[in-house]
Amino acid sequence: MADTSSNDAFVEFERVQKSYDGETLVVKDLNLKMPKGEFLTMLGPSGSGKTTCLMMLAGFETATHGEIKLDGRPINNIPPHKRGIGMVFQNYALFPHMTINENLSFPLEVRKIGKSDREAKVKRALDMVEMGDFGGRRPAQLSGGQQQRIALARALVFEPELVLMDEPLGALDKQLREKMQFEITDLAHRLGITVVYVTHDQTEALTMSDRVAVFDDGRIQQIAPPDELYESPQNSFVAQFIGENNTLEGTVKELSENLALVELDDGEVIDCMPVNVNKVGDRTKVSIRPERVEFQKDRLQEGAHLLKATVKEFIYMGDVFRTRLSVAGNDDFIIKSRNAPDQVRLKPGEQIEIGWLPQDCRALDA
Amino acid sequence: MSDLKSTGPQTADAPTPEDALHEAAAYAAREQVHAPGGPADGPVLAADGTPLKRSLNRALRRQKMRALALIAPLLIFVLLTFIAPIADMLFRSVENQIVSETLPETVVALADWDSEAGAPPAEPVFAALYVDLFFAEAQKLHTRLGTRLNYEKTGVSSLFRKTGRRVGRFDTDTYTDQITALDPGWAEPATWVAMMQNNGNRAALPLTARAWDRWTAYLASEGDDPAKEDIEDVLFTTLYLDLVATGGSGAADARIAQAAAAVGGFETVTLSEQFAAADKDWLDPEVWGTIKAFAPNYTAGYFLNSVDMQKTPHGIEARPENQQIYMMLFKRTIFMSIMITLSCILLGYPVAWILANLPTRTANLLMILVLLPFWTSLLVRTSAWKVMLQQQGVINDTLVWLGIVADDSRLVMINNQFGTIVAMTHILLPFMILPLYSVMQTIQPTYLRAAKSLGATNWTAFWRVYFPQSVPGIGAGSILVFILSIGYYITPEIVGGTTGTFISNRIAYHISSSLNWGLAAALGSILLAVVMLLYWVYDKIVGIDNVKLG
Repeated sequence: MADTSSNDAFVEFERVQKSYDGETLVVKDLNLKMPKGEFLTMLGPSGSGKTTCLMMLAGFETATHGEIKLDGRPINNIPPHKRGIGMVFQNYALFPHMTINENLSFPLEVRKIGKSDREAKVKRALDMVEMGDFGGRRPAQLSGGQQQRIALARALVFEPELVLMDEPLGALDKQLREKMQFEITDLAHRLGITVVYVTHDQTEALTMSDRVAVFDDGRIQQIAPPDELYESPQNSFVAQFIGENNTLEGTVKELSENLALVELDDGEVIDCMPVNVNKVGDRTKVSIRPERVEFQKDRLQEGAHLLKATVKEFIYMGDVFRTRLSVAGNDDFIIKSRNAPDQVRLKPGEQIEIGWLPQDCRALDA
Repeated sequence: MSDLKSTGPQTADAPTPEDALHEAAAYAAREQVHAPGGPADGPVLAADGTPLKRSLNRALRRQKMRALALIAPLLIFVLLTFIAPIADMLFRSVENQIVSETLPETVVALADWDSEAGAPPAEPVFAALYVDLFFAEAQKLHTRLGTRLNYEKTGVSSLFRKTGRRVGRFDTDTYTDQITALDPGWAEPATWVAMMQNNGNRAALPLTARAWDRWTAYLASEGDDPAKEDIEDVLFTTLYLDLVATGGSGAADARIAQAAAAVGGFETVTLSEQFAAADKDWLDPEVWGTIKAFAPNYTAGYFLNSVDMQKTPHGIEARPENQQIYMMLFKRTIFMSIMITLSCILLGYPVAWILANLPTRTANLLMILVLLPFWTSLLVRTSAWKVMLQQQGVINDTLVWLGIVADDSRLVMINNQFGTIVAMTHILLPFMILPLYSVMQTIQPTYLRAAKSLGATNWTAFWRVYFPQSVPGIGAGSILVFILSIGYYITPEIVGGTTGTFISNRIAYHISSSLNWGLAAALGSILLAVVMLLYWVYDKIVGIDNVKLG
């Protein structure tokens, strides 16, 4: 994992704001530091400002306010072609009138690199993405996955230290996407390049990144390594957005350093981890991951708080069972249980009791 | 399957033959991926063992037939109303039956005459011409022939008209008088009708028989009965000539034998003298040379004419300097069309760029401005340029008022090439902008961004990445503008003056004023050939597949 506390940040956003129309801010006060060699993913729903950030970094959009630094140097006024940042576009943007070789040697030609050098570099880049035999073809003759590799090779061929990727896998089918996810991260770590990756696919973000920045409403809601993001979401947006999540609403009754008593709306009181609550009497959203909920008494830890639940629906998903419950007035409470030989299959209508560890139950902002 | 469909545009609706072809191409491409070594051994077989190509053709045949049935009405319409008249018109550029139809005897008789000898032909040719001209005059065809031959040699028209008036009053009544004196029966039309029904008589009097047939055909067309009309002098003349030539041997009628015996002592009429008396030009071998040169049914004369050459009795030679006009006009037309096309590219490209990169709403508004000229009459637009460009016009007035141009040296901007290029560029500009715009719309802005992110300056990104992708639009626009301008007529006519007119103005002149349709057709054919040649060259250099209209 990258050292997040490093002072000599490679990429740095300092109080960056962006507005297109002068009335609303698309990016609000963005602060971000990225060390060299990090794979950072910007994740967020569409319109959250993540692509705008990427475009400002690439130089295609100018920041309305604030400063963007690359390797300590402000780049706000440097045109995109002088930034030396590699970029992979969503639709690949391979030049259709050039062959693959010509596409790859384009960035080298504009850098006035000699012919023999160029050929060697192009060949190396093609071999790197295992497309060595395809140099003479045109982009239209390649499949989506192949085009994707070429786009990657083109962004890397001039050996940039920073590579930006704007939803590069969006157009691929699931299997190919998973394969490419692995290949991209592998390549990035092998070459030691710094990558800023934009996606709205949280699985992609979690599996590929060193750190994930979750964007919403023009702000970074949380920036953390994937496991931390998943297990310790700092606010209810992140909890909702990353992975599947159950939410119970209530009011804080008691609050101490590491325990909050929350009275749910139906009167039940549960123990929670206080994460984003300030004082007694605050409204809160309590977040529990479906796979952390247990309903078999022998598996529950001693002292776990139990809640009554009614089974609404049982869905067989192969490796897991997904059961929808009605808990404390919430009809969409999901639990997931592994498909093991001794696992119980719940039936709709069944009355059960569920429980969890207090540290898995996080009291967040309302 | 999904990755097989990536080679061409796909439609969401029912599969078309197009789809099948794309898929086949994709399969072929995939074959190559899997077997880069070389072609597979033998043809690919379908499930039932027939070659795959054949079963594919069979499967596509129905679709092809259906497609054909769908375009059939338009195809027939175009064939009947467009292709056929044009083919007919173009055919006129080589068609030349008028000489051999109007002067059939003369053409045959002239076959042995040597046009290089420098002397007019012998008496029998004049006799044949006499026969031909008599009938031509009766049917009023001689003036048309005169007009036709006048294209090749000036003065022939009046020669024919003048002689036509005189041909009925030649002294050939001498023969009539002498023959009817032998036997008054010769003056009876019934005698002739009976005589000409006998094959022996006809064989003995070949020229007379042919003349008689033309005579009866002419009378029939006039609604007259040959048995009631007086026998013309021309028939007695042919009778005399036949009797002198054949001696009447083999004739069935005693009357013919009697006349044959007598003709030796007849007083004769020299037809060449008669013609020379009508117009001494008939003794000019050049006139006869022209007739002989244009005797065949098909001629290259119009085409030679179109390239400033002419077919003379002495062969093909260049026209006199002062008559050479068409090559210059062709060159001017092509040169100006190229200039107009280039100006359209220069003016249209930035506009199309702006249109393609603006938000749709604004682009649509601007598009209306581009299309606005289409909604005004062509004549109005062209006349407006007259107002703008003339020496007392808006532009000159403004320049004089600004003091840039002195009042006594106003710029001449109209009735010359400049005026034509300006006005035509304006009129044809939308034809350049529209295909450019629709091609540019399909070029995603990410290509430019990608190029810049790869290190290209704005100019390099444009020139290496954007421009090559817009070339199909330039190609389509250029072809449209160039072909439209090469055949443009109204605008050069109005603003072209003498130096700014096109070949089409000359064609129009020949169609409607000089009525030399053959020459107009030849000029049109050459224009068509030039366009096709340029199209072919374009296909070789740029490739017609690269032309996109959107």
